[in-house]
Amino acid sequence: MSTQQNFPAEPGTAELRDVYSRVMLIKMTDERIRRVIRSGRIATPHYSPRGQEVIAPSVCAQLNPDDYVVTIYRGLQDHLAKGVPLKSLWAEYAGRATGSCKGKGGPMHITHPAAGVVVTTGIVGSGIPIANGLAWASQLKGDGRITVTNFGDGASNIGAFHEGLNLASLWKLPVVFVCSNNTYSEHTTYEKVTAVKRISDRGASYSMPAVTVDGNDPIAMWKAAHEAITRARSGGGPTLIEAMTFRFEGHTNGDDSHYIPADVMAAAKEKDPVPRFRKLLLDGGHATEAELDAIEAKIKDDLDEAVDYALNSPWPDAAELNRDIYDEEIEA
Amino acid sequence: MSAEAETKPAQIIGVQAINMALMEAMEADPTVLVFGEDVADPEGGGVLKCTDGLSTRFGDHRVRSTPISEQAIMGAAVGAAIAGMRPVAEIMLMNFISVAMDQLVNHAAKIRYMSGGATSVPLVVRTLTGAGMSLGGQHSDMLEAWLAHTPGLKVVIPSNPADYKGLLLSCIEDDNPCVFIENSTLMYTPGDAPPPGYKVPLGKASTPRVGSDVTLVSYGRPVLDCIAVADKLAAEGISVEVVDLRTIVPMDEAAIFASVGKTGRVVIVHEAVKRFGVGAEIAARINEECHGQLKAPVGRIGAKYSPVPFSSALEKDYIWTAAGIEAAVRKVMG
Repeated sequence: MSTQQNFPAEPGTAELRDVYSRVMLIKMTDERIRRVIRSGRIATPHYSPRGQEVIAPSVCAQLNPDDYVVTIYRGLQDHLAKGVPLKSLWAEYAGRATGSCKGKGGPMHITHPAAGVVVTTGIVGSGIPIANGLAWASQLKGDGRITVTNFGDGASNIGAFHEGLNLASLWKLPVVFVCSNNTYSEHTTYEKVTAVKRISDRGASYSMPAVTVDGNDPIAMWKAAHEAITRARSGGGPTLIEAMTFRFEGHTNGDDSHYIPADVMAAAKEKDPVPRFRKLLLDGGHATEAELDAIEAKIKDDLDEAVDYALNSPWPDAAELNRDIYDEEIEA
Repeated sequence: MSAEAETKPAQIIGVQAINMALMEAMEADPTVLVFGEDVADPEGGGVLKCTDGLSTRFGDHRVRSTPISEQAIMGAAVGAAIAGMRPVAEIMLMNFISVAMDQLVNHAAKIRYMSGGATSVPLVVRTLTGAGMSLGGQHSDMLEAWLAHTPGLKVVIPSNPADYKGLLLSCIEDDNPCVFIENSTLMYTPGDAPPPGYKVPLGKASTPRVGSDVTLVSYGRPVLDCIAVADKLAAEGISVEVVDLRTIVPMDEAAIFASVGKTGRVVIVHEAVKRFGVGAEIAARINEECHGQLKAPVGRIGAKYSPVPFSSALEKDYIWTAAGIEAAVRKVMG
């Protein structure tokens, strides 16, 4: 059974260092994935979270291991922030038998129940109604778990968002809805496809507390997440968090972001959240250069080991084609 | 007790069978949940009263009326199932499944596979449909071929009250997502009441009539007409075997092949549109496995390739008829 851990409403040194470590893990893993794909050693779609790394760690650092996380195809940040082991993640990217889904799901469907990552969907908005079911089960069992479901700004325009938030509010479900608003629905700007100024404005339609926060600011993001998690865990029902951010890479690999004006991209990169976070830690005396360098060195070693493990893992056996379609093997 | 009462079991209708199964399942297993539009007692216990009394007996935490939100209903079923519950979601009418297809097809059906078996989705979707009641093009479709064509789902279509109960209990206990398709007419057609605890395994056909000249393979409501035709032709000396599939996925192919092996003649009868229907798959499988034993081409009866019409004058000719089944049997008899 999940028990409430006492996380402070504002992050102190320990919390900021924890969040930063996860942020750096996401950034470095993403960069390595893109490098390995370019090298031709792994063939997979990849939806880079570069530029959006701060949101998921700020939330997940305040979750218990058995809390549920639901995410989407751009989900690497959620997988890593919630603790999916690097080796099984990399082996899944490589389509190997040792992957978290035995090579049968791929990056768009990473699943690792031990880390609480129970659903990764490739369909925009579809994680939202599923999160309600997970949270309803927790409510019925009284297991104290909460569910965090992640999606982008584009998902707020699909019907599942409306149906899901309405039901979550009606049933006071222990869910936190985290919308990473990177201001682009694939190639189209937020303004062109969204009738409200802020996605948090939509919370009023469901009598749901909703907030817009700078998702690239780890302190603001921590506080917003803390309030939402506390509300969910104490029976106060769901919260909608709109976390403002920006996507530095294309929608997917091969997309050069040609539809984003150069000056807009340059201004966003000028405010890259990762160096900004590093400066915050150094300026605030939360860590030294040497300590932060050591974090990166450790991640680099872990990545070397994980990539090596993945690329040297066996391919799935053809017999897997008949397994996991149903509980019993069939002749597919 | 009279001799007649001893030999003739009590009669119940489909609605009662469903209600009995849900009562038994909820009593036996606290993880069984029932939800959908109007299913709780304050809302009438379901539009046909299939869920009557459940919320009063088991509480509104386990039996919930939902908004008219099929995506939210199906998604909640998927999530609750992953989290270890046994949700029985009601999608009031089968055409409304189209609204929830993403959750059913992209998620419920595939999550076990895509997670490499790390998670599973033991949900049941109950849904009602069937032509013959002048409900028109969006309230009567038989869409089982869509679902059968989606690996990962089980698809169940009973033909009588005992099977309604026995198959629903098996669906609830099954560890895979099951779509349980109820027929509007059959829900009010009486049949023998099954004993308490009666279960029918998924994937096992029944043979309500045993014969040696022709096999009728069917499921759902047309099974009743297949039986009537078999009884009528028996008087003429034509021996008709009726195979009631009961489950479309998994399909009891062994039962079909055994019967066709015996008779050498087969007519497939279903309510759904004939072209590209389940009957086409059955015919293809018979062709693959029983070709040398066939004495006549496989016959196939299904609805016309059109939406379900409203007018009763059109609707009666849109779907199968007993006369059509009889004619098809005579045709394969040569």
